[in-house]
Amino acid sequence: MAEKDYRLSPRVDQVGIQDRVDRITKRSVKSEAKRKGLLMTLNMIDLTTLEGADTDFKVKQMCYKAQHLHDSFPDLPTTAAVCVYPNFVKTAINEVKGSKVKVASVATAFPSGHSSSEIKLLDTKIAVDNGAHEVDMVISRGKFHSGEYNFVFDEIAAIKEACGNARLKVILETGELGTFDKVRRASDIAMDAGADFIKTSTGKISPAATLPVTLVMLEAIKDYYYETGKMIGMKPAGGISNSKLALQYLLMVKETLGGKWLSNEWFRFGASSLANDVLMQIMKQESGNYQSKDYFSKD
Amino acid sequence: MSRIEVLKTYKIYIGGKFPRTESGRYYQPKANGKVLGNICLSSRKDFRNATVAARSAQVGWAAKSAYNRSQILYRIAEILEGRRTQFVEELIQQGSKKAQAEKEVNLSIDRLIYFAGWCDKYMQIFSAVNPVASSHFNFSVPEPTGVVAILAPEESGLLGLVSQIAPTIAGGNTCVVLASENKPLCSITFAEVLSTSDVPGGVINILTGNRKELTPHFGRHMDVNALIYCGNNPAEIKTIHEAAVDNLKRVIIRDGGGYVSDNYESPYLISSLQETKTTWHPVEKIGAAGSGY
Repeated sequence: MAEKDYRLSPRVDQVGIQDRVDRITKRSVKSEAKRKGLLMTLNMIDLTTLEGADTDFKVKQMCYKAQHLHDSFPDLPTTAAVCVYPNFVKTAINEVKGSKVKVASVATAFPSGHSSSEIKLLDTKIAVDNGAHEVDMVISRGKFHSGEYNFVFDEIAAIKEACGNARLKVILETGELGTFDKVRRASDIAMDAGADFIKTSTGKISPAATLPVTLVMLEAIKDYYYETGKMIGMKPAGGISNSKLALQYLLMVKETLGGKWLSNEWFRFGASSLANDVLMQIMKQESGNYQSKDYFSKD
Repeated sequence: MSRIEVLKTYKIYIGGKFPRTESGRYYQPKANGKVLGNICLSSRKDFRNATVAARSAQVGWAAKSAYNRSQILYRIAEILEGRRTQFVEELIQQGSKKAQAEKEVNLSIDRLIYFAGWCDKYMQIFSAVNPVASSHFNFSVPEPTGVVAILAPEESGLLGLVSQIAPTIAGGNTCVVLASENKPLCSITFAEVLSTSDVPGGVINILTGNRKELTPHFGRHMDVNALIYCGNNPAEIKTIHEAAVDNLKRVIIRDGGGYVSDNYESPYLISSLQETKTTWHPVEKIGAAGSGY
């Protein structure tokens, strides 16, 4: 591929983005459409645990939850995937065997991305060798800010190669990028370098995913699709903990990219507490009673 | 030159903030043929939001030291004292005589002081060391019930409200209150007192609106642990009892009136919103006399 000057990536109209988001958040989704949206949301969740205090048993428990969201309620979908650190991939693979739940692993010195290329490649290789279906890598924000776009590009391309058949999600960590223009630029680099998904955040810093930043990335995906015909997935992660917000994300995807993207092949939520809130909303619709966390599994 | 009077917008009180109702609705209660104001007609979603605020505030409130809770209740009384004339005026607007209004405000302040005093004392009198026939140290202590929904008395707009809220929060609970429908002014002004008196946001949430509309939702919400109903409408009482079964809420029915009486100054009002936790602690006989602990 001919070298591209990413400084020429399209600029983002900040006011326009904010305005579109405002219109989406004022929309109200009710009854049957809401119910379908909620079930779809459950099926798009990457149930995530990325804590220093993670243990095999915590990962096992989460894998169980991914497959049994609320057993007293019939016909609930499973979540799309579970997302863990590389050393828990084996455990997770064992636990989700036979179900539709995939295993995603973070890699490349998550969450800071500060390490040598060798370590990052090895990190990825360990995750993939242990059977991860998906790899969530972080970009080197430091290099990005220094303007070393080629370095960032090459790194993503190298990780993509190391992934083999596993799908690669590229975390931009938008909270550290600063402006929409830079988010757009990083999205373009990631997609050109071979990302299957672009993802907003690690969930480790604030702000994590927001509606405006996601919209900027969705627009980048749209332009890339028109240019190349290739579909790229989107994953907002971190800070999405209630159903109303999740439905607003779905509205935004549908309106920006169309119905084709409304499946967990192309859209994911990185979240841990969202699932319970969605379940509580579904139960509210069924029973008419506002629900309490006391009656749902702990996260 | 005559001046145009500036009228206050009465808003609701949720999580330490004063939002308008999300429904955008309002109603106009009257007294002596005069409209009292445009009052928020809260919806079930306001109630849901208030319950979320009360739930997230509950753990922190219960974890405060009893002494600190006491100081905060005392502080509410102090601030209320400073705004006594405003409350008297509002009570008169709502139809009270002047003397009656002054008495109601005084009693409200005194009642807060009364329960401020109990905050660090009720635990002692409602705890027990229980005799058991095994080598265990067995003791019971009260713990707060949790989130309490209160349908405040209709007739007593300030004193009735304070008499329900004070024992509830003294015991480490948080609450969501539906104020008197026809006499709501004092409840919102009282919320202004709360927001300037060290009460953490969410510990007390005050809504105004239609009692009939909100009663079933107060009864059914799964995240409400207890419900106090003040009044004597048999149909509403029946609705509440039926709705409360889903999560086995503690339901307390209290009379709608008589708040000037001493009956509303009792530690048993605190203990009615406490759950008893009993602990069996294994011990060996250690004393020469064979005492168990």
